[in-house]
Amino acid sequence: MAFKIIVCAKQVPDTNEIKIDPVKKTLIREGVPSILNHDDANALEEALKLKDEHPDTHVTVVTMGPPQAKDMLIECLAMGADEGVLLSDRALGGSDTWATSNAIAAAINRIGEYDLIFAGRQAIDGDTAQVGPQIAEKLGIPQVTYVAEFNIDDDRKRITVRRALEDGYELIEIDTPCMLTAIKELNKPRYMSIGGIFDATKKEVPTWGAKDLGVDVDREVGLEASPTNVFRSFTPAPKGKGVMIEADGEKEIADRLIIGLKSKHVI
Amino acid sequence: MAIIVIKEKCVGCKLCVKACPFDAIDMDGRLAVINEKCTACNQCIAACKFNAIEKSGEEAGPIDLSAYRNVWVYAEQRAGKLMNVALELIGEGRRLAREISDDTKVYAVLVGEGVGALAQECFEFGADGAYVIDAPLLKNFTTDGYTKVLYDAVKEYRPEIVLFGATHIGRDLAPRVAARLNTGLTADCTRLDVKTSSYIEYARNNTTLDTSDLDPNSDDKGLKQTRPAFGGNLMATIVCPRTRPQMATVRPGVMSKRERAVGAKGERIDVSPKLSEGDIRTRIVDIVKSAKELVSLTDADIICSGGRGLGDPSGFDLIRRFAEKVGGVVGSSRAAVDAGWIAQSHQVGQTGTTVKPKIYFACGISGAIQHLAGMQTSDIIVAINKDPDAPIFEVADYGIVGDLYKVVPQIIDEWDRAEELYDATLRQA
Repeated sequence: MAFKIIVCAKQVPDTNEIKIDPVKKTLIREGVPSILNHDDANALEEALKLKDEHPDTHVTVVTMGPPQAKDMLIECLAMGADEGVLLSDRALGGSDTWATSNAIAAAINRIGEYDLIFAGRQAIDGDTAQVGPQIAEKLGIPQVTYVAEFNIDDDRKRITVRRALEDGYELIEIDTPCMLTAIKELNKPRYMSIGGIFDATKKEVPTWGAKDLGVDVDREVGLEASPTNVFRSFTPAPKGKGVMIEADGEKEIADRLIIGLKSKHVI
Repeated sequence: MAIIVIKEKCVGCKLCVKACPFDAIDMDGRLAVINEKCTACNQCIAACKFNAIEKSGEEAGPIDLSAYRNVWVYAEQRAGKLMNVALELIGEGRRLAREISDDTKVYAVLVGEGVGALAQECFEFGADGAYVIDAPLLKNFTTDGYTKVLYDAVKEYRPEIVLFGATHIGRDLAPRVAARLNTGLTADCTRLDVKTSSYIEYARNNTTLDTSDLDPNSDDKGLKQTRPAFGGNLMATIVCPRTRPQMATVRPGVMSKRERAVGAKGERIDVSPKLSEGDIRTRIVDIVKSAKELVSLTDADIICSGGRGLGDPSGFDLIRRFAEKVGGVVGSSRAAVDAGWIAQSHQVGQTGTTVKPKIYFACGISGAIQHLAGMQTSDIIVAINKDPDAPIFEVADYGIVGDLYKVVPQIIDEWDRAEELYDATLRQA
């Protein structure tokens, strides 16, 4: 019996490339490349590694976003995924994490049976790390987040993962079906292969809208249904001129520096 | 939104009972009945082969926001020790509670086994009370176990605000609880306000936001949750206007602890959790504490870099000791690499690695443009150099003109006293 994995991925702007307009103090989004979110690439890689070992593994990548997110799905197919599904509909726009997870959970239910769902821990544009757990909640399956190491039994029912903590790690056992969220320590994502790119362009990537998902556009998805809204957004104040620490003796200098760092909450 | 069973269509096959992840469907003879554990997850609708279950079209109506009162802080503990962020959030929660009204309280919520004793510490850091949810099954954190007991407690006691530390545990637990409650959650907040006047004051002093359209006398008591997005390039303030509780995770180290009031008293409320072994679907095999693993320059929170000012290759011994002490990674300038003092993999700059740590210590680095290009977006830059005219001081948040061989060893010696030194300055202020 095939082992079915669903990978949740997101196309994100490369936040390292974002610049602030020095006059208008707004984000300059033009010319910023869109990429497959890093943690999601790790999630996909782990699914593909399993597929390398067990060829009957079937990997479906799901994403929600604007129509151009299809490019990212094609990249995933070129890396080795079997199928991609794009959720794109104006009615889904403005969804917060709660509404997003409603849409993706509905899509996963539509895809049908699955053994494992892999997502990245968080996306670099929002950095919330909430959508993975919230999809798991909507689907009623258990989860492990911050997965740094993954092992699965031969019968592919029981999984053992290493879950990273700030001060160490946990070893956790979990049965399929479940949701795991990947961090970069998990693996090194592969590149697209030439043959993969060739095959990917021949594959059809379906686009599903709110109707296909059977979600209630007034109460489950989109801006209006989202419990959270953006009240205001702004750019941080520009960095002020630094201070020179002058004091008698190196100990006093060190103390003042440490107090300064502490007051800025960086240590 | 509620799930309903259409009596005429239900044949009593129990497929929905099997499908329900929340044990929310009982059988009344040959009829499925949805009980109060239902989270409207729709699993039963998909499972029913007879179209006998649907989502009721009725508007549930806006919830009564005033039925929710007080501020809760999830007081995260690991192995019986409270996390620092829990104490910070108790301080912050108290401030927010008083902004709502004089009689709004802040409660610590303790979950674990044998955690009742921690309530006193919570009182001393400012909690008006503590909910203690204690059970052997809660000994270690599990998503399933902790989500269930917190969800049940929120349903019963109805807090207005629930705060979590944005730790690896808080960021696992909070989204799950919020989703089950069908309420909003804002991640990784760095600033919280209730009163519009406080928000305006914060915005004026720290941001580029135009606040002229905000009324400082507004009676809006909704939680304004401010957080960085787009890699810190943008800040957003998020509100949760229609659902309760308002939930947020807050970055550790951002909020201030209150000064400890030894002997402070508070109200302790013991909550008996309804939890069985079957509710927890993960098994913890082992929990391992370990020192920070070696991380790469791009991931490092702290980087200690050395340059030509070290004088000779042995200078990197000091830099390594420094990095070890502060939990950082060793970096270097191109000059030091070109001199053969350290491997190229440590090089920061345009031709090396571009970094953005929380703290960048530049020791004996003059600050050539190609080096600055690779590190000037670091959150905090500390420059130590003998030459007061070195360009590195132009980008430094803290500049120290002096001999790094004298200054760095003192920083190493004093590093562990950070808390103590800082608290002392607070007391003076």
